[in-house]
Amino acid sequence: MSSHDHHHDHDHDHEHPRLSELQLRVKALESLLIDKGLVDPAALDIFIDTYETKVGPRNGAQVVAKAWTDPAFKAQLLEDASAAIKSFGFEGRQGEHMVVLENTPRVHNMVVCTLCSCYPWPVLGLPPVWYKSAPYRARAVNDPRGVLRDFGTELPDDVEIKVWDSTAELRYLVLPMRPAGTEHLGEDELVDLITRNSMIGTEVVTFPAKVPEAAE
Amino acid sequence: MNGAHDMGGMHGFGPVVQEKDEPWFHGEWEKKAFALTLACGGLGQWNIDISRHAREKQPPGRYLDNSYYEQWLHGLEVLLVETGLVTEEELKTGKANGKSNVAALPADRVFKALQQGSPYAREVAHAPAFKPGDRVRVKSMNPPGHTRAPQYVRGHVGEIVMHHGAHVFADASARGEHGVAHHIYNVAFTAEELWGADGQGGAVHLDLWEPYLEPA
Repeated sequence: MSSHDHHHDHDHDHEHPRLSELQLRVKALESLLIDKGLVDPAALDIFIDTYETKVGPRNGAQVVAKAWTDPAFKAQLLEDASAAIKSFGFEGRQGEHMVVLENTPRVHNMVVCTLCSCYPWPVLGLPPVWYKSAPYRARAVNDPRGVLRDFGTELPDDVEIKVWDSTAELRYLVLPMRPAGTEHLGEDELVDLITRNSMIGTEVVTFPAKVPEAAE
Repeated sequence: MNGAHDMGGMHGFGPVVQEKDEPWFHGEWEKKAFALTLACGGLGQWNIDISRHAREKQPPGRYLDNSYYEQWLHGLEVLLVETGLVTEEELKTGKANGKSNVAALPADRVFKALQQGSPYAREVAHAPAFKPGDRVRVKSMNPPGHTRAPQYVRGHVGEIVMHHGAHVFADASARGEHGVAHHIYNVAFTAEELWGADGQGGAVHLDLWEPYLEPA
């Protein structure tokens, strides 16, 4: 294993090299903050539960499926994404100012945050580890085709790739292209096809749905 | 600041690797690092820009070695001490020296806080200096504090594609200066402009505040 492989592994390995130290450090901080009256323990549970069970990429998939099936909604979504998305009740923290980017046969959009981990929480939930990792943050801007290949995504040479680096408080959601052969599907069935990665722009939506490739 | 967080265009990190069946959190410590950060953010003692700066001002070696929620945990500890909510001694021993006079964010206000988020749009008296279609250059600058103009675009020329109105200016907000807002634009840079012959075609888009830009 080369040194970069080693460095990389620790980002997503279940065995964090400082796991026991971190467990103790967080536990100590939690009790200290509760003792000082700075944290309500019940509030912690609500934060965790919200992002574990309530907010996730199914929200974004509902928005995309509606845009695919309702041209008036799609027009509104591209014109004023925050308002259109709010009509589903998806709003708030890390999604205050939304912009939707439409993929076409000529243009493919891909979203990154090179400086930290900005991501549209209300529609996609919390970002995956790879999105926050150094390889993605470094290479999305200067090697987008290489990054897409890492995801098994090959685009024709004549498709222009636009990379959106989330450097401020605007949050970007990709509107992927609706795959051929899905004309007979209803909104609910379409939602099942729409992957998180297709709304970040590292994959395209396929029909039938692609079986996720196992990471090594 | 030109820190290790400013990763756009760096080489050597290897491929982007997806984790199979990635959970929302890897273990209890990540859940708590996340929830404590949000709960303490709700104390109103700092803003998101101060928070980002607390993470990025670590020594570069440490920043690169940390896993994601370690950055959050470190940032939280730094902010608690810097704002005086917790003393160094309390952090070291884990023992509270009395109650804080700042009140915890109560559990019953969490939902509302997340739903509201914190909108960054502001009204400003001055008219925008640029409009879509204008050519602009990102100023050559190296501020030692927080900034959201990554190194890879400084000195480069792009085209304004959107005007987002005026938003809270991150550089000032990270210094605790309230009420400073500037017009903000989405600016497209061709891959050739940013990476020369090593570019892959296409473009990179960034959201940049007016003080970063000059006419080109």
